[in-house]
Amino acid sequence: MSRRCDRPGTARATWRGVIGEATSGRTAGVASSWARWSLAATMLVGAAGVAHAQAKPPGPPPAAVPASGAAPNAAKAPWSAIGRPATRAEVAAWDIDVRPDWRGLPAGSGSVAKGMDVWDAKCASCHGTFGESNEVFTPIVGGTTKEDMRTGRVKALVDGSHPQRTTMMKLSQLSTLWDYINRAMPWNAPKSMTVEEVYAVTAYILNLADVVPDDFVLSDRNIADVQQKLPNRNGKLFYTDLWNVRGAGDVRNTACMSDCAVEDRIASQLPDHARGSHGNLAEQHRGIGPARGLGPSRPASAQGQPQPQPQPVAAVSKPPLDLARASACTACHAVDGKMVGPSFRDIGRRYAQATGAEALLVDKVRGGGQGSWGPMPMPPQAQVSEADTRALVRWILGGAQ
Amino acid sequence: MNAPIRMPGRIQPAPEDFLSGEQVVSARKARRGFMAKALAFGAGAAAAGSARPAGNSAAAGTGAAPAAEGDPMILAPRPWTTSLGQPVAVRGYGLPSQHEKGLQRRESPGLTRVSAASVSFCPLQGLFGIITPTGLHFERHHQGWHDIDPSQHRLMVMGLVREPRVFTMDDLMRLPAVSRMHFIECGANTGMEWGNVAVPTVQYTHGMLSCGEFTGVPLATLLDLCGVDRKAARYVLAEGADGSSMTRTVAVDRAMDDVLVAWAMNGEMLRPENGYPLRLVVPGVQGVSWVKYLRRIEVGDSPYFTKDEVLHYVDLMPDGTHRAFTSIQECKSVITTPSGGQVLLDRGYHNVTGLAWSGRGKIRRVDVSFDGGRNWRTARLEQPVLPKCLTRFNVDWTWDGSPAVLQSRAIDDTGYVQPRINQLRAVRGTRSIYHNNAIQSWRVAASGEVSNVQAL
Repeated sequence: MSRRCDRPGTARATWRGVIGEATSGRTAGVASSWARWSLAATMLVGAAGVAHAQAKPPGPPPAAVPASGAAPNAAKAPWSAIGRPATRAEVAAWDIDVRPDWRGLPAGSGSVAKGMDVWDAKCASCHGTFGESNEVFTPIVGGTTKEDMRTGRVKALVDGSHPQRTTMMKLSQLSTLWDYINRAMPWNAPKSMTVEEVYAVTAYILNLADVVPDDFVLSDRNIADVQQKLPNRNGKLFYTDLWNVRGAGDVRNTACMSDCAVEDRIASQLPDHARGSHGNLAEQHRGIGPARGLGPSRPASAQGQPQPQPQPVAAVSKPPLDLARASACTACHAVDGKMVGPSFRDIGRRYAQATGAEALLVDKVRGGGQGSWGPMPMPPQAQVSEADTRALVRWILGGAQ
Repeated sequence: MNAPIRMPGRIQPAPEDFLSGEQVVSARKARRGFMAKALAFGAGAAAAGSARPAGNSAAAGTGAAPAAEGDPMILAPRPWTTSLGQPVAVRGYGLPSQHEKGLQRRESPGLTRVSAASVSFCPLQGLFGIITPTGLHFERHHQGWHDIDPSQHRLMVMGLVREPRVFTMDDLMRLPAVSRMHFIECGANTGMEWGNVAVPTVQYTHGMLSCGEFTGVPLATLLDLCGVDRKAARYVLAEGADGSSMTRTVAVDRAMDDVLVAWAMNGEMLRPENGYPLRLVVPGVQGVSWVKYLRRIEVGDSPYFTKDEVLHYVDLMPDGTHRAFTSIQECKSVITTPSGGQVLLDRGYHNVTGLAWSGRGKIRRVDVSFDGGRNWRTARLEQPVLPKCLTRFNVDWTWDGSPAVLQSRAIDDTGYVQPRINQLRAVRGTRSIYHNNAIQSWRVAASGEVSNVQAL
């Protein structure tokens, strides 16, 4: 962290806001209709335009500024000597936040080309080579268009035409992206990147999203201009009715007590095949009291009926490998060699001698699991019948021949 | 549950479905005669805790009608009545009974892909009163949790203050402390159910909710001590010391009101999963703002638009805009028993119980419906009823064995009435993820099974 001490310090004690929303003072006060509905991004148009001219000079913060509005009795409190003044170096070391008006952004630059190198070394393993991966985190890039860049509104957010909301679809403040990469990335070594690397990775993401060209160099001098190209820069609303504790809220119900209007229908319920998705609910409840947890073995419609006898393996519909294919097991598991999940033979080797392995693995297949073979979860496969699951598990424990 | 109507209030054994195959065989053998049955009960009790606590307890503790002589649990001396128990301090820090193992914090499979950036849900289905047992408090980590050495922890207060200052834990714990009870709810609680029913039990529908007694110093005390510029200050940034260095903007009127810089929960220091040694407590506001491992408070004059104010914890509206800074957890309630994934063992009397809360103040009233929202009865509120705190409610219900849909509806002291899911959707659509405070419906089938449904 010490290398960060040479980054620009703060002068915030003397600074006054340039964001229209803040200088208007409306949002912090009572919710006016203006403040309620004005787009935050609209406010930022003004901010970005003047931010560069007002960028704080590098260097240590000025000496203490008298607080015009401080509580008159504060200094007299009997505990007022507790704690100690922070040194300038200490403030500089921890004051890492970057605001939408670029307050706190260190001077520097980084190229798309450099960003690609950093990305491949530190980012791609989780986020994919093109920021598109959905394996570990939600995709960063995708779902935005040139037309979105023109309007500042992402059309896919309106019509739902992109299957997931990517970072670039939601991003309305470029400062946010810079700040977050700087403070929290890479995942397993946060705060380890240089200022140049943070600029470069930010530039690379913007390039992947077609916001800046391949030869672009992002810097503190042009970042406000790039903000004006963000596809969703006009897509965010500071919604004060759910920010202020005395806000009015947006949805109204009435306290009708009798013969109230209802549609009298069940609009949604958990399908039978999802009953095992959260494991054995009987084991997630106390064993005493007026109610118990439901067991997993039968669908809701069959609870209370006599328990079906386990089917003999002979009754299974297909040979094991065909069954594995038909049940979509082979999308993640190979007979030999790791794919997304461990191979059938590796599983067999690990559990072959374990007591109760068959029941354990049947539960894991049908109820899902995570952690036995790394972080990638095994989704529950309750759609595979218990008899089929048992047959598959026996085949796996027998060496998956 | 195709048994005939039973006496009200009597507890029946769980269906055989809950027992392992071995136990079913054992129970069937036991039916052959009373002596055999008594032996089976004894065996079951001896095995309890080793295999399936729920099943064993059901078999051993709620035996079928005893024979003429009476209940073997009474007639036959129990091991704990006839032997020496364990001495003091076997467990220097106490643990729950071995029979309570079913109640655990759990992840929702498939919800997140990385368990260091995930959530574990609080088992509300098994809790009593309003205080969440500390070890069952829900977890949400953004980049894993740490167990920080408190002697190395520092808090810095800077920005629009007369003098930026640094506090050690020694310093903070010398300041005038307060203790207050508040709920904490993740903004994404019930978020999986915006579009349709997705999860089976109240643990997963509502378990990103906990409540505790927090001890710390009011943030206002610290801000005044540092000489906050009251005229210029509009927002406060809170930042954590963990790898994610989580940041959230807090309104200055909240910061100068009831926000705490807390080191303790439920009489002990915070647990590491909950931010040891220091976290922000922002009553009524979503949990993401209760920054853990709190290292820095910056006073500013404009909102910070942090990652969790721009990319997450934003509510997607039908017109494609995102609402940001939707922080207040509005009035909400849920019935915890009976609730989804349970089965009622008996017809007759049931004490229906649940929780209500509001980020805007106190709970004024809770109504419960047994017919899907057509008719409502007012529940009893248990004391204490505190602002921005869980409130426990109870209401009597005699179940006649016919299907029912149970709902609870809370009203807070602003007069706001908890909305129905279709009322929420009419304004916010179905894609929001966050801030779903809809009335929850639990359907009770004739079999006694309770399931999660959305009743309109």
